[in-house]
Amino acid sequence: MAETVDARGLSCPQPVIMTLDAIKNGQDREIIVLVDTDTSKENVARAAESQGCRVNEAILEGEGYRINITKE
Amino acid sequence: MKGKNIFATRWGVIGVGAFIGVLAPLLQKLGNPGNMGICVACFERDIAGAVGLHRAAVVQYIRPEIIGFVLGALIAAYIFKEYRPRVGSAPIVRFVLGVFAMIGALVFLGCPWRAALRLAGGDGNAILGLMGLTFGIWIGTLFLKKGYNLGRTQPTHAAAGWMLPLIMVGFLVLMLIFPQAEGQDKSGVFFYSLKGPGAMHAPLLLSLIAGLGIGFLAQRSRFCTMGAIRDTVLFGQTHLLSGFISLVVFAFLANLVLGQFNAGFAGQPVAHTQHVWNFAGMALAGLAFALAGGCPGRQLFLAGEGDGDSAVFVMGMIVGAGFAHNFGLASSPKGVGPYGVAAVVIGMLVCLFIGFTMRKKIA
Repeated sequence: MAETVDARGLSCPQPVIMTLDAIKNGQDREIIVLVDTDTSKENVARAAESQGCRVNEAILEGEGYRINITKE
Repeated sequence: MKGKNIFATRWGVIGVGAFIGVLAPLLQKLGNPGNMGICVACFERDIAGAVGLHRAAVVQYIRPEIIGFVLGALIAAYIFKEYRPRVGSAPIVRFVLGVFAMIGALVFLGCPWRAALRLAGGDGNAILGLMGLTFGIWIGTLFLKKGYNLGRTQPTHAAAGWMLPLIMVGFLVLMLIFPQAEGQDKSGVFFYSLKGPGAMHAPLLLSLIAGLGIGFLAQRSRFCTMGAIRDTVLFGQTHLLSGFISLVVFAFLANLVLGQFNAGFAGQPVAHTQHVWNFAGMALAGLAFALAGGCPGRQLFLAGEGDGDSAVFVMGMIVGAGFAHNFGLASSPKGVGPYGVAAVVIGMLVCLFIGFTMRKKIA
């Protein structure tokens, strides 16, 4: 199972805080983060990579993006 | 999936910081006030004066740089398909934060952008301002860690996101219809300064082009002076900080080349030497920016890419400038205004109230 973090509509730095929380405290190896701006997409990817996670290409979904993160 | 955004890389944001760092001293050379090639707070304050929201005669001018910031970001957002009209994340709270951000900035006499430019011009008082800014942002990060947030935005009509850009277009058109008349303090609908910082400005077209260029690049790079400090304190992430430092370094070098570097504390342009209030004013501004999620420049760029809440923050800053001068809160080179100290204390209490009470769970 993958944990889903819905950060759509939240302004900086909430999406990053929620993503880092899921990486550090979540049980699942896979994390899906939903965001609605390109800025959030870049910030979330940058933060996840800094934690040593693998970030797959973000997928356009509706008005935003779906980012797939794998904890290494 | 679009191509990779090179401006969002570390070298990208460093490049944008360098671009702004060189351009600001050049705008000063072309006529803008000392260590004020660009100052978002001061320029919005000048706009407030030009439309008569305050009647401080020395700070009245519709600054084309601000117009350019918003429209440049709008253009970039449309070209790169990042325009996202959105509204509804506690707009009234953002308005109040904008008001107090401006009041704090005007007690120091500058926003974070100008604090950096003042430092790069040799103004030692800027060190106190930057320390205060960092302190205020640090308080903001404590709230963020405790779950502070203003809730989600909702997608809206494309035209809703055009409101601030259209206001800026309106100002530009009115400025062309009613240009400054020699020796006149009023032209048509606008007030113009005859002396003081408001009377010092680069040619309209050059200011506008510089603003458009910075707005475009800042939208691409997400350049943010508050985020620079916040991300470092909160996540140990120095991505945005490298852009901010780049701005200081390149502005310093440009000032050296242009002969605009004068080290010292006393007698600096549009500055005072009351260290405690330089620190405290910027601490208030820093906290307000942190709670609102962006420095005053970033709020303009976000408004350009469709964020209606950032537009409300900008309006809060412009109205706040009206209060700051009408109520005697703003400082002058002589020192803090008669009610400036009280305003900083009240502003801090208001920001702390917002930080403590707005911790909605994000479901």
